[in-house]
Amino acid sequence: MSISAVDVRAIARLARLSIAESDIPVYAGQLSSILDFVAQMNAVDTAGVEPLAHPLELSARLRADTVTETDRRTELQAGAPETADGLYLVPQVIE
Amino acid sequence: MSESFPRGVAELSAGLAAGDFSSVELTRHYLARIANHDAAVNAYITVCGERALAQAAAADARRAAGTAGALTGIPYAHKDIFCTRGVRTSCASRMLDNFVAPYDAHVTECLDRAGLVMLGKTNMDEFAMGSSNESSYYGRTCNPWDPGRVPGGSSGGSAAAVAAGLAPLATGTDTGGSIRQPAALCGISGLKPTYGRVSRFGMIAFASSLDQGGPMARSAADLALMLNVMAGFDARDSTSVERPDEDFTAPLANGVDGLRIGIPREYFGAELDPRVGDTVHAALAELERRGARLSEISLASAPLAIPAYYVIAPAECSSNLSRFDGVRYGYRCADPTDLTDLYERSRSEGFGAEVKRRILVGTYALSSGYYDAYYRKAQQVRRLIKEDFARAFDTVDLIAGPTTPAPAFAAGTHVDDPVTMYLSDVYTTAVNLAGLPALSVPAGFLDGLPVGLQLIGNYFDEGRLLATGHALQQVSDAHRAVPPAFA
Amino acid sequence: MEWQPVIGLEVHAQLATQSKIFSGAATAYGAAPNVQACGVDLGLPGVLPVLNAQAVELAVRFGLAIDAEIAPCSVFARKNYFYPDLPKGYQISQYEHPIVGCGHLRITLDERELDIGITRAHLEEDAGKSVHGVVSGRTGIDLNRAGTPLLEIVSEPVMHSAREAVAYMRELHRLVRHLGICDGNMQEGSFRCDANVSLRPAGSDTLGTRTEIKNLNSFRFVERAIEFEIERQRDILEDGGKVVQETRLYDPDKDETRTMRTKEDAHDYRYFPDPDLLPVSVSADDLARIRATLPELPAARIARYVDDYGLGREDAALLVNEPAVAAFFEASLGPLEVPAKAVANWITGEVFGALNRAGLAVDDIPITPAMLNQLVARIGDGTVSGKGAKTVFQAMWSEGGLPDDIIEAQGLKQVSDSGAIDAIVDEVIAANPAQVQDYLAGKEKILGYLVGQAMKASKGKANPAAVSALLVDKLKGD
Repeated sequence: MSISAVDVRAIARLARLSIAESDIPVYAGQLSSILDFVAQMNAVDTAGVEPLAHPLELSARLRADTVTETDRRTELQAGAPETADGLYLVPQVIE
Repeated sequence: MSESFPRGVAELSAGLAAGDFSSVELTRHYLARIANHDAAVNAYITVCGERALAQAAAADARRAAGTAGALTGIPYAHKDIFCTRGVRTSCASRMLDNFVAPYDAHVTECLDRAGLVMLGKTNMDEFAMGSSNESSYYGRTCNPWDPGRVPGGSSGGSAAAVAAGLAPLATGTDTGGSIRQPAALCGISGLKPTYGRVSRFGMIAFASSLDQGGPMARSAADLALMLNVMAGFDARDSTSVERPDEDFTAPLANGVDGLRIGIPREYFGAELDPRVGDTVHAALAELERRGARLSEISLASAPLAIPAYYVIAPAECSSNLSRFDGVRYGYRCADPTDLTDLYERSRSEGFGAEVKRRILVGTYALSSGYYDAYYRKAQQVRRLIKEDFARAFDTVDLIAGPTTPAPAFAAGTHVDDPVTMYLSDVYTTAVNLAGLPALSVPAGFLDGLPVGLQLIGNYFDEGRLLATGHALQQVSDAHRAVPPAFA
Repeated sequence: MEWQPVIGLEVHAQLATQSKIFSGAATAYGAAPNVQACGVDLGLPGVLPVLNAQAVELAVRFGLAIDAEIAPCSVFARKNYFYPDLPKGYQISQYEHPIVGCGHLRITLDERELDIGITRAHLEEDAGKSVHGVVSGRTGIDLNRAGTPLLEIVSEPVMHSAREAVAYMRELHRLVRHLGICDGNMQEGSFRCDANVSLRPAGSDTLGTRTEIKNLNSFRFVERAIEFEIERQRDILEDGGKVVQETRLYDPDKDETRTMRTKEDAHDYRYFPDPDLLPVSVSADDLARIRATLPELPAARIARYVDDYGLGREDAALLVNEPAVAAFFEASLGPLEVPAKAVANWITGEVFGALNRAGLAVDDIPITPAMLNQLVARIGDGTVSGKGAKTVFQAMWSEGGLPDDIIEAQGLKQVSDSGAIDAIVDEVIAANPAQVQDYLAGKEKILGYLVGQAMKASKGKANPAAVSALLVDKLKGD
C-alpha cells in the first residue's frame, strides 16, 4: 500500500490539517509504512466474523428526559477565542 | 527522600492516622521534592502548590473531625488528561495550553471526595498518543532510572513521578498500554481496569472504545487502595458499568495457591529481548513456588493486535479530535483569513506530529472505499482477539507475560519511525481491544533498568490480579527499588 | 418528450423532549444565544453523550404509527464533517442501523388514496445556528439548538408532483402532531424537509440525476421549490443538457432554487459506530407498552368523523389537522346533545375566523368546549337566533361566560312563546294592509318583509320561524 502525495493532501484536507509541501513526502512515507504494517491483518480470514465495536457487548443505558443543566455561558465562554453578544465568532461564512 | 516519611501508601495512611505527621507536612515534603528534582525528570506540566496545601489542610481538618478515609490527606499526581476545574488541563498539547476545564472529571471528583491531595498535573504523550512521552508539547519526561531513556508513555509523567518519589500515587490512562508500559519501564505497578470500571467522563478521549483510567503506584497493595476510590458507576458515561462496590484490598491476602496461570507462547516471540523473557520467567517461578500452576497457552490472534489497534485507535482519534477546531476553546491561529484557514492552521499549529499522523491514518482508514479494508477488518480481528482470550480463560485464571519486549529505550530512537515505536505496545494492546483488566508489576532489573511482568485477568477480575501482584511483592523486592538519583 | 418527476422527501421532525438527545440542557426555543448549550453540546474535551430515553420512546411511537419494523437493536454512528455549527466535528446520527425501518403513510390527493413508502426514520442530533451581521466580517455561532433531538423521516422516491409531496408532508405533519412527538412549528424549524427531485422520461424505470433542495420550512415553499426545480430540470433536459447532482437552496423572495456554495471537496462523512454510545435495544415489552399508549391515528379519526358524525371529508380533515382542534371538537359534542355537523361548522367557521383575526394558535382558544356546546344547543332549541348566537359567540370569545348567562344578560333570548308573538303578528298585519293584500294576491315573497317587520317589532328576539308560521296561519286562515 503506497500513499501518494495526492492522497496525503486529500486526507489532510478531509481532516482540516494543513501540511507543508516539504512535509508531504515524509507523511506519505510514514503513512505508507503504517498502512503496510496494519495490512498484516489480511493474513487472517475474517469472513463471517461480526465486527466488534465495543469490548463489552452491552446495550445503552438511557437517561430520563429532565433538564439538569443550567446556564453557565459566562464560565463556558471564558476561554473562547472570540465571542460577542454570547455568540462564538468565526470568520464570515457565506452559504 | 527524607527519613521521616515512608514511601508506601499504606504506611503513609497509617502515619497520618497515628498523627505521626499531617497531610500538610506530607504535602510540603512532596512539593519540596518536586521543586528539587522535577527539573531532572519533567514529570509535571503543572504543579499546584497552594491548591494542594489547601486540600491538605482540609484533609487534616477532616481527620480531626473523624471523617477521614484510608486515602484522606494522601498526595497524588494527576495525569493531565483528566479535567480539573480551575486548573489547566492541557493533554500535553499546544492545542489546550490555555484550556482551563470548567468541570471536573469523574475520577477527579472521586479522588477529591476521598480527600486526596492533588500535587499537580503530569506530563504525557500529546493526547495520550505515544509510548515514550516524547510527543509532549512541554518537553519529554526522563526515565528516573536513566535520564537518557524514555519513561514509556503515554502516562510517562505519572510513572516517572511515582518512581522518582515525586508522588506516592498517580493516575494514568491506558488505551493501548499507556499505564502498563510506563509502569514497566519506570519500575512501578500500574493497573488498567476492565473497560467500564472507571468512568471516562472528563477524561479527554483518545480512542473511546479503548480508553480506561487506572491507578499507578509502587505496589499492588497501593493500587488496590487507589482503585477503591477511582472505580465506580457514573451515569454520565454510557459505557460505565453498574456493579456493586468492591473492596479491592480484601482479596490481597488470598495468595496464589492453586492459581492457574497461562503463559501465551506468542508473548515470547522473536521480538522479545531474551533477557527480559528470563526475568519474567524468574518472577513467574516465584509465583509457582507460592503455589501457582503455570501452563503454556496460545493466543493465536495476538500478533494481529497491534495492526488492528493501529487502525481502530487512529480511526476513533481522528473523529474525537475534530472538536479541537479553534472555535469554542483552545488554540486559535493568529488572523485567520477564512473559515478553512482558521480550521487548518489552528489544528496544524495546535497539534504535534504524532497526533497529526494518527489523525491522517484514522481519516484514511474511515474514508470511503477503505472503510471495509481497514476499519471493518480491524473490528473483525478485534472479535477474534476477544474470543481468543475467552477460550484461554476457560482453562486458566490469569494470563502472564512480559509487559514490554525490552527495557526503556534511549530517547530519540524511534521518533521518526512510528512503526518501530508502535511495536513497544506489542503485548499490551490486545487487552484494550478485548476490554480486559491487566496489571504490570516490577519483575526485576536488566542492566539497572526495570522489567515489567504483565498479568491479564478476566473481566472484572481486578481483585485476583492485585492479589497475584501482591503475592509476588511479598517475596520480591523489585518494587521497592529506588532510582539512585532520587534516593 | 414527456418527463416524469420523481420526488422523495427527508423530513426532519424535532422531537418534543424537555432536554436534548444526549445532554441535560433544555430544548426550549428562543433563549439568548448559547445559554442552553452545556458542555456536551459545546463538545468540550472529555464530556460524553448519554441518550435521552424519551427520544427513543417518541421515535418508536412514530414507527408503530406507520406500521414500520422497529429495530430491536439500533446503532448510533458519527457523521464526520467540519462546520462551525457542528461543535464536535461530527454529528451523532444513525446510519446502517436506524431505529425505524420500512413503513408507509396513506395520503389523500384529489379524492384518491395513495400509500407513500417510508424507507426509514432515524434519530440524530440537530446542529447549532449561524448568525450573520452581529459583528462585521464575522459569523456568530449559537449552539442552543445543537443536540436537539431530530427524527429524520426518509420517504421512498415515489411521488410525482409537488402537490403530492405537499400532501404527504401535510399528512406526516398531522401524524407527528397527533402522536405528540413534535410540535410541528414550522416557523421555528421544528418540522422541515429536504426534497430530492429528479426527472425521467415517462415510462422509464431508471431514476434521473437528482438535486437536493435543503431546509424547506413551509408547505408553500415545498410546493414552490419543487415546482421550480421540476421546470428547471425539464428545461435543461429538453435542451439536451445534463442535470448536475448538487444541493440547492430555495429562495422564497425570488421564488427560485440556486446552487449552494459548493465545498471544494466531495463529502466523505466517514461514518462509523459512535464508540461513546452503546447499541439501543427495544424489547418486545417496550413495543407492547408504547403501542398501548398510541392515540387514535389521524386517518382513523377522519374516517370516524365521516362515518359517525356525517361530516364531509374535508371538514373532518380540517378538524383533525390539529390535535387540539379535534379534541376541542369532540369535547364540544357534550354534555348537551348537539348536531356534530353544526359544531364542526362553528369551529371551522367562527372559531377559526376568530383565531385568525386574533392571531392566536389553536392551543390558545379562549372559549371552552362546554361554551360552544351550550351555544349550539341553544340555537338548536330555538333559545337564540343564528344572528343572536354570533353576538353570544363574540361576547364569550372576548369576555368569557356561558352562553345562557350572556343570552340572559344581553336579552338575546328568542321569543317563541306564541302569546307574545301573536300580538306582534296582529300588529304587523294591521299596520301593513297593502303588503297583506299583495301577499294574498299571490306575491308570497312579501312574507319575508312581514317577518322582518315582526322581528323588528320584537327587537330581534322573536323566533323568525315561529313568526313566519304564525303569519302564514293568520293570513291564509282568514
